[in-house]
Amino acid sequence: MSGHEPRIEAVAAGAAGAGLAAGTGPVDHRGGMAAERPFSLARTRRTFMQNRLAVVGSGIVVFLILFCFVGPLVYRTDQVSVSLSTAHLGPFTSGHVLGTDQVGRDVLGRLMVGGQTSLEVGVAAAALATLLGTLVGAVAGFFGGVVDSVLMRIVDGFMAVPGLFVVLLLGSMFTPTKGLLILVIAALSWLITARLVRGDTLSLRTREYVEAVRLSGGSGWRAVWRHIIPNAIGTIVVSGTFQVADAILLLASLDFLGLGIPPPAASWGQMLSSGIEYVYDGYLWLVIPPGVAIMLVVLGFNFLGDGLRDALDVRLRER
Amino acid sequence: MTAYLLRRVVQAIFVVIVVTMIVFGLLQLLPGGPAHAVLGSHATRAAVAAFNKANGLDKPVFVQYGIWFSHLVQGNLGYSYNQNQSVASLIGERLPKTLALTITSVILAMLIGVSIGTLQAIQRNRAFDYAATSVGFLFYSFPPFFLALLLIILLAVDVHLLPAQAPQVSSVWTVLSDPQGLILPVVTLAVTGVAIFSRYMRSSVIDNLLQDYVRTAHAKGVGPVRLLVVHVFRNALLPVVTLIGLFLPVLLSGAVVVESVFNYPGMGLLFWNAATSRDYPTELGITVLVGVFTVVGSLLADILYAMLDPRVRYVRQ
Repeated sequence: MSGHEPRIEAVAAGAAGAGLAAGTGPVDHRGGMAAERPFSLARTRRTFMQNRLAVVGSGIVVFLILFCFVGPLVYRTDQVSVSLSTAHLGPFTSGHVLGTDQVGRDVLGRLMVGGQTSLEVGVAAAALATLLGTLVGAVAGFFGGVVDSVLMRIVDGFMAVPGLFVVLLLGSMFTPTKGLLILVIAALSWLITARLVRGDTLSLRTREYVEAVRLSGGSGWRAVWRHIIPNAIGTIVVSGTFQVADAILLLASLDFLGLGIPPPAASWGQMLSSGIEYVYDGYLWLVIPPGVAIMLVVLGFNFLGDGLRDALDVRLRER
Repeated sequence: MTAYLLRRVVQAIFVVIVVTMIVFGLLQLLPGGPAHAVLGSHATRAAVAAFNKANGLDKPVFVQYGIWFSHLVQGNLGYSYNQNQSVASLIGERLPKTLALTITSVILAMLIGVSIGTLQAIQRNRAFDYAATSVGFLFYSFPPFFLALLLIILLAVDVHLLPAQAPQVSSVWTVLSDPQGLILPVVTLAVTGVAIFSRYMRSSVIDNLLQDYVRTAHAKGVGPVRLLVVHVFRNALLPVVTLIGLFLPVLLSGAVVVESVFNYPGMGLLFWNAATSRDYPTELGITVLVGVFTVVGSLLADILYAMLDPRVRYVRQ
């Protein structure tokens, strides 16, 4: 969802001012080697800051990271002991900002702790998936032929089985742990990255500098590792950011459906599903905060990905 | 066309085989194998051995896969562990209801998404475009279970406008004759689709508006409305239609969530119940079926696209 009019960019230029001072100024006419470089930090930062959604997105992400990891240090709550006498307290009663849940735990504090798992699993799974997808995509695209066909059909096969079905299936077989969830979600998410990086590689491998590597006796692996992957970095970073959003949503769905990390561990999805019982009692503080939190984190990473895409000038047809 | 069709079908068959391998592979991850799932974790070693022998589980994995695959091709998906019914007949009962839900949602999502996307393209970079883009982002990021819950709170709990639960009947025709109960599930499922379709339609219309044929038609005096409706719209719609193939997995995953929230007795609820009660044959059967659906869906979309747009066939030949 890109497309920006000059009006917005002019308004945002004030915000981008700090970035510009260190950069090369608003006119992007740089000669020599610099212009050849596919990746320019100053230009990237400038375009990124001009994209309102991207700034909002990174704001949301930074806020949520602080909220989940620094929040519990400031807002101390007891998430271990159960106290039925203080169950279902409404928001802003006896020091509970968002009230208490069905066993008397502070909802705001639980929200912070629950978010830690979401963010950790989401980011780790996305990083792993991006690494795997990049390698498979670059190898398939660079070597082509049978390797490419076989790898891409495997990708098609994995893509045809929706991730939610597989995680639910595995969730019914094993008791999920953080590490296991990271591995499983990564194993299901590398496909789109692989396709995109393959697409980039197909065009990159015909460039002169890649051919020069081969002519001067460099191995194919060297060409992939030192030249193809660094030049596809925009695609990789952007799809990695979207992967975080998708991974967190998948994890939340799994938790919501009751097959995620089992209680007493806190998770947003599980807070939401256990709060549903009390919707008819009007205890909306049990469901609205975790729901909003899931939506915000997904929205934040999607905004961020979109902003990065514009900034890094990546054309992703898949998203 | 024949060559393209043939190549595409062979590819799809290969992918379906990969799908079956993936799903069969998942079963092999089961700790202790299916024997413990059926007989319980305290089963004696002899009982497990007897179970494995009786069910062919003592054979090498490749042979097991061959047997499983040949059953699959014949429509034999195994027998549910706890429903006392074959998986195929369980799915057969629920599938029509899921199809009713998903097809209605796709049509709704298409109609709304395509209209919004077209309007956005015409109003490009104006207030409406920005508003629709932001709302689209919001829709795309909205977890379906949270949306379902909000709709229930707003329309079923606070105002008793619509039922919070889908009709609990066995026949799909009764479901369709009581459309009130379908409204909330259908709307929930359609929202992601609206976001996806409007986004693609917007860029597709914008791409088409820049084409030479639009300038030519304009120069020949075709009015703006006729130009948009007769010329641009039809061309722009084409790539969006093929998105259905991409949208199918999203839709079917969404059905699991939506059916479990609204207690809608379809295939998604069957899968969720099977997952929570460790009914592996039912889980595997549905997963394979969903995979095959997705492959066939994108195959059909590709063929349709190739039939309507001759340029596709000649690429990569």
